[in-house]
Amino acid sequence: MNSNEILDREFLEIRAKILEVAAALDRIERAEGDVSGDPRMGLIADAINIIASEHSDPIRAEKIQLLFSRTYDEQWRNEFSIASRS
Amino acid sequence: MYYIDPHLHMVSRTTDDYETLAKMGCVAISEPAFWAGFDRGSGESFRDYFRQLTEVEPKRAAQYGIQHFTWLCINAKEAEDVELSREVLKIIPEFLDCPNVLGIGEIGLNKNTKNEAIIFQEHMELAIAHQQQVLIHTPHLEDKYQGTRMILDMLGEHSIDRSRVLVDHVEEHTVGPVLEAGYWAGMTLYPVTKCTPSRAVDIIERHGAERLCVNSAGDWGPSKPTAVPDLVLEMRRRGHKESLIKKVVYDNPRDFFSQSKNFNLENPAQR
Repeated sequence: MNSNEILDREFLEIRAKILEVAAALDRIERAEGDVSGDPRMGLIADAINIIASEHSDPIRAEKIQLLFSRTYDEQWRNEFSIASRS
Repeated sequence: MYYIDPHLHMVSRTTDDYETLAKMGCVAISEPAFWAGFDRGSGESFRDYFRQLTEVEPKRAAQYGIQHFTWLCINAKEAEDVELSREVLKIIPEFLDCPNVLGIGEIGLNKNTKNEAIIFQEHMELAIAHQQQVLIHTPHLEDKYQGTRMILDMLGEHSIDRSRVLVDHVEEHTVGPVLEAGYWAGMTLYPVTKCTPSRAVDIIERHGAERLCVNSAGDWGPSKPTAVPDLVLEMRRRGHKESLIKKVVYDNPRDFFSQSKNFNLENPAQR
């Protein structure tokens, strides 16, 4: 499939998903309380920025996965006091 | 199209699901040992569970022309209890010669803790001592990247044939490191927390189909045991060749499992 065919096929689905995100954010804002300081709201905002950005290499999904991931520490064995078995 | 679901927890599913799977072309499944939704109280509970996996489920599956294979372990969540885990590790060898056992699995990490890592290593030593294949669970959501990297670190410490190890539940950010290290990778089609069929096909298009399998991991939670045919449909809608689709949903799991002495798949075309 070429890019036009994919856009034809997926436009309405993308539109619906964007509306779902927008409506969910509206719902949060409409409700009682304040979550503006919740780090998850910052993650959501960062993820939306990744979606909106242009990439020479299309890896938006991978970038968003990493955004929502805990940091990997190569020295994790030291923290656990576990010696390498090799 | 005939297909194999390489990761499906049928002890949690109804007999009606077996019937539906058969109608959709499923000819074989493999069922890794996993968490029951609650922590078991003793090693003997696992002995009963392993009997269910090696005696009961193969018969239930056979009623619908589906071959049932399995993997044995104590899952990562219960591995937090090191004492219980070591009890279970002692029981596992009693079952390794059962005719449907393919290896050790699904071992792995859940919250990436020290105890989970200790028991992961002890499972690996068991697998190597008994020349077993290994099926590995990677953690969920925000823990997946860190846990997958830790698992790859630990695997690298063992002298095991990497083509006999499958690292499961890969997504966009973990599939590359797993395949580049020479292991097989599995993608799980879950409604919310793992891959959708569309994203799984994206991953196939980006990384190729070599050493890549796809499964439903249907269990007692929100999951769809017939998710693999959803991927088949998505690949067809995108115009992929039938030969490529068959490679992903049938040839690849068959080739990976064929490294186990207990894998005796009947060719469905010759039944």
